[in-house]
This record gives sequence, C-alpha cells and structure tokens, in this order.
Amino acid sequence: MKHRADLAFRVLAMATLVVALVTLGALIIDVMADGAHRLSWQFLTSLASRRPEDAGIYHALAGSIWVIVLTGLLALPLGVASAIYLEEYGTASRLARFIEINISNLAAVPSIIYGLLGLGLFVRTMNMGRSVLAGACTLALLALPVVILSTREALRTVPKSIREASYALGATKWQTIWYQVLPMAFPGILTGLILSLSRAIGETAPLITIGALTYIPFAPDSVWSPFTVLPIQIFNWVSRPQAAFKENAAAGILVLMGLLLAMNAAAVFLRDRFQRQGRS
Amino acid sequence: MNSASPPLTSLSRVASRTAAAPPDTPVKIEADRLNFYYGPKRALDGISIRIRTNLVTAFIGPSGCGKSTFLRTLNRMNDIIPATRVEGTVLLDGKDVYDPHVDVVALRRRVGMVFQKSNPFPKSIFENVAYGLRINGMARTRAELNDRVEESLRQAAIFEEVKDRLNDSALALSGGQQQRLCIARALAIRPEVLLMDEPASALDPIATQRIEELIYDLKKTYTIVIVTHNMQQAARVSDHTAFFWLGRLVEYDRTDRIFTAPAEKLTEDYVTGRCG
Amino acid sequence: MQPRRFERLIEFLLLAAAALSVFTTAGIILVLAVETIEFLREVSIVEFLTGTEWTPLFANRHFGVLPLVAGTLLVSGIAMLVALPMGLLAAVYLSEYAPDGVRRLVKPVLEVLAGVPTVVYGYFALMFVTPLLQRVFPQMSGFNALSPGIVMGIMILPLVSSLSEDAMRAVPSGLREGAYALGATRMQTALQVVVPAAFSGITAAFILAVSRAVGETMIVAIAAGQQPRLTANPFVPLETMTAYIVQVSLGDTPQGTLEYRTIFAVGMLLFLMTFGLNLVSTWLRERFREEYS
Repeated sequence: MKHRADLAFRVLAMATLVVALVTLGALIIDVMADGAHRLSWQFLTSLASRRPEDAGIYHALAGSIWVIVLTGLLALPLGVASAIYLEEYGTASRLARFIEINISNLAAVPSIIYGLLGLGLFVRTMNMGRSVLAGACTLALLALPVVILSTREALRTVPKSIREASYALGATKWQTIWYQVLPMAFPGILTGLILSLSRAIGETAPLITIGALTYIPFAPDSVWSPFTVLPIQIFNWVSRPQAAFKENAAAGILVLMGLLLAMNAAAVFLRDRFQRQGRS
Repeated sequence: MNSASPPLTSLSRVASRTAAAPPDTPVKIEADRLNFYYGPKRALDGISIRIRTNLVTAFIGPSGCGKSTFLRTLNRMNDIIPATRVEGTVLLDGKDVYDPHVDVVALRRRVGMVFQKSNPFPKSIFENVAYGLRINGMARTRAELNDRVEESLRQAAIFEEVKDRLNDSALALSGGQQQRLCIARALAIRPEVLLMDEPASALDPIATQRIEELIYDLKKTYTIVIVTHNMQQAARVSDHTAFFWLGRLVEYDRTDRIFTAPAEKLTEDYVTGRCG
Repeated sequence: MQPRRFERLIEFLLLAAAALSVFTTAGIILVLAVETIEFLREVSIVEFLTGTEWTPLFANRHFGVLPLVAGTLLVSGIAMLVALPMGLLAAVYLSEYAPDGVRRLVKPVLEVLAGVPTVVYGYFALMFVTPLLQRVFPQMSGFNALSPGIVMGIMILPLVSSLSEDAMRAVPSGLREGAYALGATRMQTALQVVVPAAFSGITAAFILAVSRAVGETMIVAIAAGQQPRLTANPFVPLETMTAYIVQVSLGDTPQGTLEYRTIFAVGMLLFLMTFGLNLVSTWLRERFREEYS
C-alpha cells in the first residue's frame, strides 16, 4: 500500500515535468509553424511598414543591438566595481551589508518599475528624451544586480593563496586585484555579463514605458535617436488584428530566439575557452 | 639539564655534525612579549625571541602550536585576516613593524615569504618572477627586467631547467619546480629576510633535498626563518631552533643543543617523539 | 599621486559604484512618490484605494484602482495554482528521487523555460493557448484571465522548482537517513520529513513567485485585455495594473496631466505590493538559513 502511493506520487511528479517539456515544445513548434515561412533576407533587412508583407525587422534589430551594446558598456564597469567593493573591501562593514540588501531587493523589483524610474529620471529630469541612451541607462540599472552577483561569484573562485602570494611580494590591495584577481576572474565576469545582456534583450515593458516607439521606420543613428527594439516590434505586430501581422510577430520571435541562442552559445564558448587557457 | 640522557636519536647525530657554534651575527628580528589574538582567542602568548642575520632559524612544534602564526606576524601577513590583534612588538633592525606609521607594503619588500603549498600565479614563468619587480617599480628597462629575472631564477637553482621555456605557463612545472619558482619570485625583489612556511612539506624527498641545499646557499645572502614539522629537516638545515608549544615559545637555542641536550623536559619529550 | 592616497581614491570610487544601488532604490521611491503625491492632490486616497471603477481616460473619470488590483490578483492567482503545486512537485522529485540522467535532461529544460522572453509567452498565450481553451470553454472570449494565467504559471514554475529544491537540499541528510532507517518510503520521507523541514525556505520561494506574477507585464498586456473590470470570472477580458501602465505609455497622454500621473500612482501601489512580498520572503529565507547553519 505504501508503495502504491509512492508510485502514484512518482507518476504525478513525472507528469508535471512532462507538461513543462510539452509546453516548451508546443511553444517552439507553434511559433515555427506560424512564422518560419516569413523569415527571409527581405524580412531581416526591411524597415517597418503599414503593410505586413513589406514590413521587416531591420530597424528593431538595429535598435536592439544599439541598446544592448550601450547597456553592456554601462553595466560592466559599474557592476564590476560594485562587486569588487563588496567582495574585496567592504566585507564586514554595516554599509556593505546595507548595500547588499539593496541589491537583492532591486533584483526582485518588477521590470516595469524600472521603466517608470527611467521615465521620471532619465527621460524627464535628465532630459535625455526618449532616446537610445535613456533606454540603455534604464536597462543597465535593471541588469546591474545580476552582473554584480555573477561578478562576485567569479571573484570568489580566485583562490586565497594567489592573493596571499601577491601581498607577500609587497603588492597593495588594488595592485593585487588589478593584476591578479581580475584577470583570473575575467572569464566568469564576461559570461555573467553576456547572460545578463541576453535577459535584457528580451525586456519589453521598461522600454515601452520610457517611450520607445512602436512605430518607427528607421534605425537609430546616434545614442540620442528615438528607437524601438525587437520585443516591442513583436508586441506591436501581435497586437494588430490582421493575421499577416501575427505571422510577422512569429517570425520576429524566431529572430529574437535566434539572437538569444547565439548569445548564450557565445557565453558558454568563451567560458570554456578561457577555462582551458587558465589551466594550460 | 638531563646530563644522563643517552644520544637521543639520529637527530642528535645530525645536529652534532654542525655542532660548531653559529657566528654571533647582529640581531635582525626581535620579538618582545608578543601576544596574538584571533578574535577573543589568544594564539600566541608572550613570545620573545632574537633572530640573527644570515643564519637559518627553524620553528618547530606540533600542529596548531602557533609557529606559522608567529611566522606570519613577522611580515604582517596576518593583517589580511579580519578580527586579529597584536600586542607587544616585533622589531626589524630595531624598528617596530607594528608602528602605525609603518608602510606594510615596504615591510613586505624587506621580509619575503614562501608558502607551504606553492602558489605560482597562472601566468608564465617569466611573468611570475617579474611581477614583484613590476609592482615595486624595480626594473626600469626591459633589459634590466630580464637580468633580474634570470638572477632570481639562478639563485633559486632553477634557471637551467626553465631557461628555454620562460614564456610557458608556470602551472606546467612539477611541484618541486613550482616551489623553487616561488622562491625565485620572492628573491626577485631582493628582500633581507626570507620566511618559509613548511616549504618542502608537499614535496618528495629529492625535491626536498634540493630545497634544503638551496636554503644552505641562500643564508649567505639572506636571513632565513623556516617553519617545519619535520625535525630531521630542522636539524639538517638550521643554525638555531625555536620550539613552540600551545602558543608559547618553550625553548630557543642552537640547533645542536636543542636536539642533543635540550634544557626543557617538554622539548626533550618532543624531539624524542614521546609527545606531540 | 602617493600610493596610499591612490589606494584610498580607488576604494572611494569602488564604494561610489556600489552605492549606486542605494541611489537606485532611492530614485525609484522618489520618482514614484513625487508623482503619486501630485496625483493624490486631485484624487482622494480613499477613492483611489476603494473605488470600483477605473476610467481615467474616459470623459466620465473614475479613479478607483480596485478593478486593476482584482485583475492582477485573478491572473496571479491562476498562475499560482499552476506554478506552486507543479513547481513543488518537480522540486521534490528532482531533489529526492530523480536519477542523474533525468536531472540532466530536466534542469536545462527548466532553465530554458525561465529564459524565454515574456513577449514570446504572450504570443503563445494569445495565439495558441486561448484558441485551445476556447474549444473546451466556448464561452471564453479572445482576451481573458485564464490563458495568460496558465502560461504565466508555466513561466514561473522553474523559479518555484529551483528555489524549493535549494531549500530542500539545505536540509541535512541526517534527517532523511533517520526516516529511511525507520522504514519510510521515499515519498513519505520527502513529504513528511524533508518538506516540513524546508518549510520556511519553500514558503519564501512561494512568496517570491507571487511577487513575480504580480509584477509580470507582457503576457497580460498581450493576452488579457484592456478592460478594467472588478471580476472573478476568468473567461472575460480584464486589465492588470502592469498592463494599464503599458497602455498609457503607448498612447500619447501628455506629461504633467492627471492621466499621466495615474501610471505612477498605480506603479507606486505595484511597487509597495511587490516590495512587501519580497521583504517577507527575504525574512523567511534568513530565518530558514539560521535554522540550518
């Protein structure tokens, strides 16, 4: 009797996992069925259009790349600097503990709230307007907790013995960090950055809130340009009633997923390559 | 004094071989009633000792007796551990190293350290040795850097083995070679004192012997303090020996006396293997 | 510059970078508070929090936020009905039963599920799940709460699973071994010993999941509709707090107006709700960590 209940439980649990697996499969198949035929060079290189057959994704793809690169350039130094402070300098102090609490709270704040912050602070108060720069600043704040967390983990993998050897030679704390710790932690830091950017590239709500437009028929040409990004274009298309636009949305999703896959693969590849180098 | 004790062990035979008194060189490092605390726990109790220039001084004692802790107070490596406290003084050439005005970085240039488990940086052999020179601004030209690196590698008796692969990763070397590389790295910045924390404990007998020969050569130029749990090694290599027990310095004397006719019963019990 | 001075400067710069997070929190609170206070000058807080009609963009304006809150709670509730039991079940299975091969297959799948962008889930909810459900419930309209709720649940399932698994793994194996030694089956040990021992950790995970659902935007913006409605009916269109903010941001409401300020007032309410949930979750997790370390 005991064992029948045990078996039933096991079946139920496996069923749960099967449901999760099937859902993922259904999602992928559905999107491919709806949108694969729409993928073409024309689709990738055309701009937005009121006519679904002519519409392409180029402007949104360009916008996404502009925003993500800028986000990375902002988030990396700030995130690494914060992580270094918390991991190497601040460890015991109450201030450091307070900062840590802030960071873990921020990690759980809904992304749309960051959009409201960006709207109030970057777009209005700092007068950046609805620009690529405002979007990147907003997403950088959003990405920061993740970058800080993964950088701290990377710093922790550097053995204490390396730091001790450096100090024993008369190196200062910063010399030790700059010449020994950071180079060793670099692969982990890079991987963490790419992963956090791959999450940021799928963010829609905060960018809509700061005013990324849903119809903009040109790619950005400077950090002050108005812009749109892939997920917003997808959202725009799926909100239209015409079936042809829904197909565009599906195709756009495939492009987005492809981009995500590429970024994650790059992260894994870089991590493996650097790990091999370090071990030689 | 146990005048009736028989020759204690082979130790005494070894120690007696070098029974000539070590020269009376000036005091290099002097500790005066040093107490050391990990948080509330006292790890070192009233250590007073005079370590002499250009001699090898060995610290022996059972695990946890404080010999490594004391060694690390000499170059203030314990500073990087949080919640530690020092009472008393440690004088290097007469000046207290724990004075608040002392620059710890400068101290560590004069008092170098080699660790128990070799810890080369994950860089090339050349870069490992060059690192100390670079950060201390000790070589102004590339040529000077090359010369200093070669000089240090020769001093550590490893140059011939690595001269053709200076740009290879240091991690590709064997354990014994890595340790000699770490010694070269420490010597590159031309310290006055070399602290060695069980430098051969992770090595095989042949590698150990090479390190011991190296120590014998190096003492002409440097003052060496070596922590070891291997009493034969202490007897072979050192001029003076200090015996630690539970955070106290029990006895400090010429090595030959410690191993043939120690003054304290505890010392005798330890070196004959009756305890510890 | 002297070395010591340089080191101090570096430390200061690093601290400034780290302190940015504190300024971010302060910035969020400030931006929301300033606009909310302006909003509350024109709309009484009683009307805001207890009114049952939300029509700020219509001619006949009402500012009762309850319909939006109800929409959020309904969709989140459905999501939790999916994510919590399934997530916990998955966690128990992975932590106590699963052979290595199964784990190696399942964990990446769960990670992928967690990494799919929410706009993709919104598409899936609207274009696949809703038509599918309409075959079972013909009375269901194209925009509803059930479809996004279920999809959101699947999206949050990996979060519940991985946090619960962490909590269960923190339970010392001595407890399990004691139970096995008394003849308990794996299920009995898991459900009667491990899960109760990991209770606060698992609860913390559940609360975090609720917070995530409450703050989720795109799935509901795409699939739930834009009709604020105080209802418990999962088959009709409604609007959540997050979808409302998106709706206004997409339009051209001029800044400085009362309508514009509504998104900050709603945002403030959303922030307070999720912040409160996160605090409770963190407190529970701290207590759990103290129990087992």
